[in-house]
Amino acid sequence: MSMSTSELKEIARKCRVEIVKMVYRAQAGHPGGSLSEIDLISALYGNYLRVKPNEPNWDDRDRFILSKGHASPGMYAILAEMGFISKEDLESYRVLGGICQGHVDMKWCPGVDFSAGSLGMGLSFGMGCAIAGRLSGSERNIFVMLGDGEIQEGSIWEAAMAAKHHELGNLKVILDRNRIQNDDFCVTQMRMFDIPAKWQSFGWDVMEIDGHDMDDVVRGLDFLVNNNDNPAILIANTIKGKGVSFMEDNPAFHGAAPNDEQFKLAMNELGEVMS
Amino acid sequence: MSRMAATRDGYGQALLDLASNQKVVVLEADLGKSTKSLHFRKEYPERTVSCGIGEQNMLLTAAGLASSGYIPFASTFAIFTERAFEQMRNGVARPNLAVHLCGSHGGTHTGTDGSSAQSIEDLAIFRTLPNVIVLHPSDDVSTRVLTNQLAEMNQPSYTRTARNKTPVLYDGREEEVIIGKGITLKEGNDVAIIACGVMVSEAMKAAEQLAENGVAATVVDMHTIKPLDVQLVHKLAQSCGAIVTAEDHNIIGGLGGAVSEYLSSNIPIPLERVGVNDRFGESGQADEMLELMEISSPYIAEAALRAINRKK
Ligand SMILES: Cc1ncc(C[n+]2csc(CCOP(=O)(O)OP(=O)(O)O)c2C)c(N)n1
Repeated sequence: MSMSTSELKEIARKCRVEIVKMVYRAQAGHPGGSLSEIDLISALYGNYLRVKPNEPNWDDRDRFILSKGHASPGMYAILAEMGFISKEDLESYRVLGGICQGHVDMKWCPGVDFSAGSLGMGLSFGMGCAIAGRLSGSERNIFVMLGDGEIQEGSIWEAAMAAKHHELGNLKVILDRNRIQNDDFCVTQMRMFDIPAKWQSFGWDVMEIDGHDMDDVVRGLDFLVNNNDNPAILIANTIKGKGVSFMEDNPAFHGAAPNDEQFKLAMNELGEVMS
Repeated sequence: MSRMAATRDGYGQALLDLASNQKVVVLEADLGKSTKSLHFRKEYPERTVSCGIGEQNMLLTAAGLASSGYIPFASTFAIFTERAFEQMRNGVARPNLAVHLCGSHGGTHTGTDGSSAQSIEDLAIFRTLPNVIVLHPSDDVSTRVLTNQLAEMNQPSYTRTARNKTPVLYDGREEEVIIGKGITLKEGNDVAIIACGVMVSEAMKAAEQLAENGVAATVVDMHTIKPLDVQLVHKLAQSCGAIVTAEDHNIIGGLGGAVSEYLSSNIPIPLERVGVNDRFGESGQADEMLELMEISSPYIAEAALRAINRKK
């Protein structure tokens, strides 16, 4: 029973509200990359990922590996939306003892499959999960979300080469191509030229979409799940900070929290009625 | 109240001080805003090399620059310097190339980013590399002075700085800060507390708490972990007869490790090591982390009493 694109959009909107609230409450964290990834994550959890919120450690679940683990508010928001964790748990983001650690951590939070925070590690980890799935005769899929800054790490390309060598058709990457990294725009920090061509030359199947157009996102995720012979990557063109005007395409909101006034404005823009 | 500042700001300042030397080159791995090399980048873009998010590449690029007569200063978070550890070992330390690596946001004090960002092993691992100087200054002034001195050294270095502000200790006392020389901040004959980084001001607080109970403690800022100021350690062992080390780092292998290695071979006396007790951190505010890890000033004071008791 799959959700319509308008239902998925509403999930994403609600997640955006929670993302901004989390970062505002903590006065720390990473809103930009959480807001750029959230349409993709909402559709993935809404219609594709085979997981059981009441049985987060179900052996044969699909895996979702948020390799860009700083964008954790996006993941916590969807985990709460799907019922892996509660809405109250979101208040523990970056709070001592809270399950919502600064970076997603499989030791702390149900539904998290990878302890992230150091960039460039999730694809190799996903490869291990993909080989394990194959060894155990399972059809499960392994999804790995990467950032475009993150793919500057050499280890990403070690994994890309190896995944093709091992013909891991159950390994599926979503690239959040928001064109901004920590200090600045990617073009300033490290020009990456033709990203689709790079993955193609490593033997991957590649599709490019608009990561905020829900119809396009659904087409892209269909492509990933129906492509089981070859490792595949969905390159989603996104806008960092999408949905909050002053955060959009603004490197300053990679890792910064809104102040009181900005918070109200953001809630307003996201259609959240404040008491 | 004394001035508060973060050691990483001292690093940023030092790079500007050094800029008049045309051989100084700065390397970044997309964390210049955080490590504070951004000030240099803004003023001297032509002598700043952006390596993207690629720490391993950064370290060996720095090695190549050093082999060609340049003086490279490379920085990232302390934790991500570890990603390039083997590059540092084989490509920098082994040929003894004067690459200066700075890891900011070291220790659990770095706070709510959580365990993935809290390096608690950097001092230990870099200390095991021959030729490498290891520094962990306690305030922005000493960080600035020490970083300036590094440019004169013909060997590689690793400097850990911290993210958050702590009390400034050396305004107007710049000439006391010398690589390889511990600084005695307070003198007392019952016990010596040897600390580094953010723990130096905790050690000063502990000494005050001890003084209230009639215990006189020496406090030393051991900003250079390697080469360790063994003359000073020896002297303290003789004059106090008991030592406490304090660091925001695993108790294995860091300052405590260095001091215990010296003492056990040369002048065995009671030593208590205050540090992260071989566990990972988690998300929390800087002060909450020092509590959770049981390394804040009361824990140092307790350790001092334990060390003194063991003298008998
Ligand atoms: C190995 C490593 N180096 C540096 C960092 C610090 N860091 C955190 S986020 C970030 C930028 C990430 O950019 P991108 O992958 O594009 O993520 P997004 O824009 O989606 O947030 C950096 C450099 C890190 N987490 N890991």
